[in-house]
Amino acid sequence: MTDVNEKSGMGVLGKTMGFSLGLTLVFTLVANLLPQVEGEAPQESKVDLSSLTMDDFIVMGEDLFNNKGTCTLCHKPAPLGRAPDIQGFDVVAKSTERLADERYKGASTDAADYILESMVDPSAYVVTGWGKKGSNDSESPMPAVNKAPIQLSAMEMDAIIAYLQSKDGNEVTVSLPSPEVAAEVAAAAPAGGGGSAPAPATTAEEALGKFTCTACHSMDSKDALVGPGLVDVGSRLSIEEIRQSIVDPNVVLAEGFPAAMPADFAGKMTVKELQMIVDLLAEKK
Amino acid sequence: MPLQKNRKSIFSLFPLFKQLGMVLLVALLMSVAGLSVAQASSGVSATDTLEQRISPIGRIHIEGEEFTEKETSSAADAEEVEVVVAPTPTRKDYPNVGVSSRAIVWILAQMHLFFGALVLAVPLFVLVIELTGMITKDERYDDMAHEFMKISLVGFSITAIFGGSLALALFMLYPDFMGYMMHVFGAQWLVYASLFFLESFFLYTYYYGWDAFRYGNKKWLHITLGLMLNGAGMTIMVLANSWATFMMAPSGVNEVGAVVGNIWEVMKGPLWNPINLHRFIANIGFGGAVVGAYAAFKFLSSRDPVKRAHYDWMGYTSNFIAILAFLPLPFAGYWLMAEIYAYSQQMGITAMGGILAWLFIVQAVLIGTILLAGNFYLWSGMSRTEGSVRYKWLIKYIALVLVVCFLIWVTPHTIMLSASEIAALGGSHHHILGPLGIMPAKNIAVNLMLIVTFLSFQLYRRSDKVATVSWAPMGNALLVAIYIVAMVNIIFAGVYYGYFTNTVYKVGSSVMQVGTTLVVIIAGIVIDALMFKKAKVLPSHWGKIPDRSQYALFALPIAFTWLMGLMGYVRSSVKTHWHVYTVMKDTSPDNYIPTIGYAGNMITIVTVLFLLCVLFMFWVANLSATKQPKPVAAAEGGAS
Repeated sequence: MTDVNEKSGMGVLGKTMGFSLGLTLVFTLVANLLPQVEGEAPQESKVDLSSLTMDDFIVMGEDLFNNKGTCTLCHKPAPLGRAPDIQGFDVVAKSTERLADERYKGASTDAADYILESMVDPSAYVVTGWGKKGSNDSESPMPAVNKAPIQLSAMEMDAIIAYLQSKDGNEVTVSLPSPEVAAEVAAAAPAGGGGSAPAPATTAEEALGKFTCTACHSMDSKDALVGPGLVDVGSRLSIEEIRQSIVDPNVVLAEGFPAAMPADFAGKMTVKELQMIVDLLAEKK
Repeated sequence: MPLQKNRKSIFSLFPLFKQLGMVLLVALLMSVAGLSVAQASSGVSATDTLEQRISPIGRIHIEGEEFTEKETSSAADAEEVEVVVAPTPTRKDYPNVGVSSRAIVWILAQMHLFFGALVLAVPLFVLVIELTGMITKDERYDDMAHEFMKISLVGFSITAIFGGSLALALFMLYPDFMGYMMHVFGAQWLVYASLFFLESFFLYTYYYGWDAFRYGNKKWLHITLGLMLNGAGMTIMVLANSWATFMMAPSGVNEVGAVVGNIWEVMKGPLWNPINLHRFIANIGFGGAVVGAYAAFKFLSSRDPVKRAHYDWMGYTSNFIAILAFLPLPFAGYWLMAEIYAYSQQMGITAMGGILAWLFIVQAVLIGTILLAGNFYLWSGMSRTEGSVRYKWLIKYIALVLVVCFLIWVTPHTIMLSASEIAALGGSHHHILGPLGIMPAKNIAVNLMLIVTFLSFQLYRRSDKVATVSWAPMGNALLVAIYIVAMVNIIFAGVYYGYFTNTVYKVGSSVMQVGTTLVVIIAGIVIDALMFKKAKVLPSHWGKIPDRSQYALFALPIAFTWLMGLMGYVRSSVKTHWHVYTVMKDTSPDNYIPTIGYAGNMITIVTVLFLLCVLFMFWVANLSATKQPKPVAAAEGGAS
């Protein structure tokens, strides 16, 4: 016998379950519509030290800076950064200034030492405004990068110093690791490694994204951002000139623009990546 | 005669008190014994001599012997103390069962947590409702509290089943990690286990003694049982929390994971109390939302006006509990996140600005859903009273603020773009919408949403009352002024500190905004409490609410469940490739952070599983109240 005061239980159950599952699926859909990226744990990679050149060492340093070192989590341009934008200024010149500052408490005497010290003992000098809250800029919020969870080896920190010195055209004063040091590092940190090289781009668009060309150049207009707009670059420059302006950008500068373009693309791009970008730009007429 | 009877019944309680006292004593001894063992494991061995054990105090005198001078260095000190460091397993040390170990543990842990949260929360607000019933002498509260307990009773068994399965899975699939955790927490596990006996005792006496201890002094006994049940439950929760927070921010161990502190130092890591508070509040909101769905289902299933009135009221009370607990939750979240940043800026940024940052967009969608559903339910509820017409014109403005703030909240900061999309956008950030993507804009949005939600709540509470105090117009003017000043202050603090100062001040400004929101809530409660003290009450018609409003009561638990799954995942993932952050690396095949889509699918699986288990729980709760009519015997001509 059915109670006249009761509605069909299955009908209500069906409706409410349908509503609940539908709502769950909406949330699932939102999660699936967002960018899908996996956060890989740092991979162990073998670095062939016998054939390591200083250029390779610098590239390795840049990769460590951007990936395993997790430096760019905080060292970003304003207003996003939580620490000084290291990539935005000449670190060597700035280091010399700080060494002369009376607030400097460390024991370094040159820029390379200072950079190393700032990685292993970040509180030796805290840039004004960037100290831990309430510490009156006497204590840095930065973790020591040679300790867990980052755990960079001495060789890896040298690679980062080499990168930071070279990025603004300064002389690289750190030396390449000796095979003994490298062997010691490899034994001490089995799960560490020297950072993996980024995968080569497969299309011209991907290559533009990988080398962040569009951060400074507008591709679809003549608007000048940091560098000139490239919408009609194919009509202004020959293929050879385009290639040269990527590989060696400071030889011929566009009128009214500073020599701001990184000069190290030749060392970073694969031959195929460079060719794809040149071809794409040459077609922009 | 009644007095005599009453006296007899009080005296008849004495044996019970004695038994209860014995049980409590035994339980207390178990806890103390457990803690003593924990203490012993943290440095003092049972095999030490008497002198060694008491030597740290100073000069030693053993009765019947001569005074001896304390040795400055004993032979034991000279011996090398074996230090147990965190293990460093390799990939092959993790058993492979053919299915992702992380997925198995993920599902079991989440199910255990969902039910754990539910069965901890329900007795908590049941106790408050029971007290309310006792104070107001309104038996409806007592009956409802009893019904809530009945619903959640099966939940205890389900929690235990998933807890046992989780422990089994962890010990099987992550043996090195669990071995290390056992070593660090030592005998605390025994205390944890012994608390289950206590909790079960109080649970069953509390539930089954409901009608036996219903009135007079016995009611106080019953409430004490409820209090003890909650005490045991909360202790279980904070002990379990200490394992999770130890994994995130280990304390009491050195750089290589060797235990250097006692059990208390291991437990009281920097994130322990923020997590304790956050879970405590969230559990109440979650529990309220789940029983609200039960009431909604019963409401929709019935045509009987009396039943509909009862379940309407029950749904309203559950929603009230859920939203009330939900409002301070973001502030507990702020505290937790601030402590995470203070512990490790890198960990904070991994959550808020790194790979997990996108999950906060999903969080925005979920919290937006909760607030919209909660507000919609309150607006629908206004139809229960005639007095609500005075406030209905405000609803459209509240809705507008909610929608605009919701849209600001879901505006992403950076989007992964192809080159052509960057070109079309004119950079990696949209020049107008870009600034809405960063935290200051979102802080403004979330605080305004909370304020207008409180406004909806306040309007609802006022809709069946007319103030009779002489200063009512003044009070209203003051309240309007507080709302306006608060909103202006929240927007100003967000815009000025967020866009014109550096990051340190940005974070600081959020404290000012949160403070402002709290001032509005507290001022609103205080002013209304005074203003409507002797107010004229207009009639309320329980059960007179549109059916569609009940779907808001389903949206709440679904969004809550999904949100708990999501934020639990974020909390756990900020450790990245570490089992115990900075101390023990995760080298298993699952030591990477999966895509948001994968995480979303996992969360949906656990939400649906939870939904099915809850349905089972409701069904069993109803089954106990169902009695099959006696079959008519065939001899009486019932069969043909």
